[in-house]
Amino acid sequence: MKALLLLAAGMLVAAPAWTQNRVIPQAGLKSGFEFLSPDLKKMQLDDFANPGTLWVDRGEKLWRAEAGAAKKSCADCHGDARASMKGVAARYPQVDRHSGDLMTLEARILQSRVERQKAVPFARESEDLLALSAYVAYQSRGMAMEADIEGAARKHFDAGEAMFFRRRGQLNLNCAHCHDANWGRTLYAERISQGQPNAYPAYRLEWQTLGSLERRLRACLSGVRAEILPFGSPEYADLALYLSWRAKGLPIETPGVRR
Amino acid sequence: MSARIQIPAEAKRGEIIEVRILIQHVMETGYRFDDRGTPIARNVITSILCNYNGREVMRADTSSGIAANPYLQFCMLAEASGELVLSWVDDEGVRGTERASLSVSG
Repeated sequence: MKALLLLAAGMLVAAPAWTQNRVIPQAGLKSGFEFLSPDLKKMQLDDFANPGTLWVDRGEKLWRAEAGAAKKSCADCHGDARASMKGVAARYPQVDRHSGDLMTLEARILQSRVERQKAVPFARESEDLLALSAYVAYQSRGMAMEADIEGAARKHFDAGEAMFFRRRGQLNLNCAHCHDANWGRTLYAERISQGQPNAYPAYRLEWQTLGSLERRLRACLSGVRAEILPFGSPEYADLALYLSWRAKGLPIETPGVRR
Repeated sequence: MSARIQIPAEAKRGEIIEVRILIQHVMETGYRFDDRGTPIARNVITSILCNYNGREVMRADTSSGIAANPYLQFCMLAEASGELVLSWVDDEGVRGTERASLSVSG
């Protein structure tokens, strides 16, 4: 009897059924690119016409520009981004070794700007932050996403996963309702994508500008009539880590073009 | 604000070449409101002009119906080597220019 109780207790604290299970198998992953019209696919693939590349160009200039009281540029420490930043974005979000915080690429750039360059941080979604993060992520274009979810990242991954499956908003939907269970079907005039993060920062036609993954997540929160968390909330980083794991193997497309 | 022009670096005399233009601009329509409900002032590019060796080869009078970061494409006849000069002006009076060189042979 005692053993049975222990067993029952063990079952209660056991992880929920979805843990570690891929709802969409890796072989079935589809980038948001697959859901674009032929015209938009052409736009993304054409480096001249893809407006996102304007931000990449700007980011390249910023990379080499001195900033802050330290009078240092990104290049002074990191050298040529084409070599030093290659593959970096594919491994983000990443846990900061000192603080234990989960850092998105944007958060890491802001941290370097404040702690190393001793400069005023860029505002979230500012042109300069988008330009730099796009430039850094661009160096990983074509490389497979491979976020690390073990060790210190584990609790963030678990939080992100729980967030993905938690119903929210007046519509009482979770992320999986659309992006796991109903991708490929039509919602109003749009085809629902799998909600993959591999093109961000991306140029979204609805925004008429480049935007971060966080901004895209906020659009989903708004879509289900949920409370929109402020920029930089740790919840976004947790969710981004789950999404990166979920997208494992998809190539980085930054700067992608999206509807 | 920045812009780019794409033309072939070299062309034969009499050849028809394709010119592509991309200008970074918000193209604010004037129909939008900010988070506090204040109208956002219209700021769109009103005129885009392309001169080749001092001669006008393309002019576009644009308005709020054009998307942000306008992309334009047109063809022109390559007659002599020279410089293509793109210039534009917006509602705020901000002007921009960008240049590209073409070498014509034969």
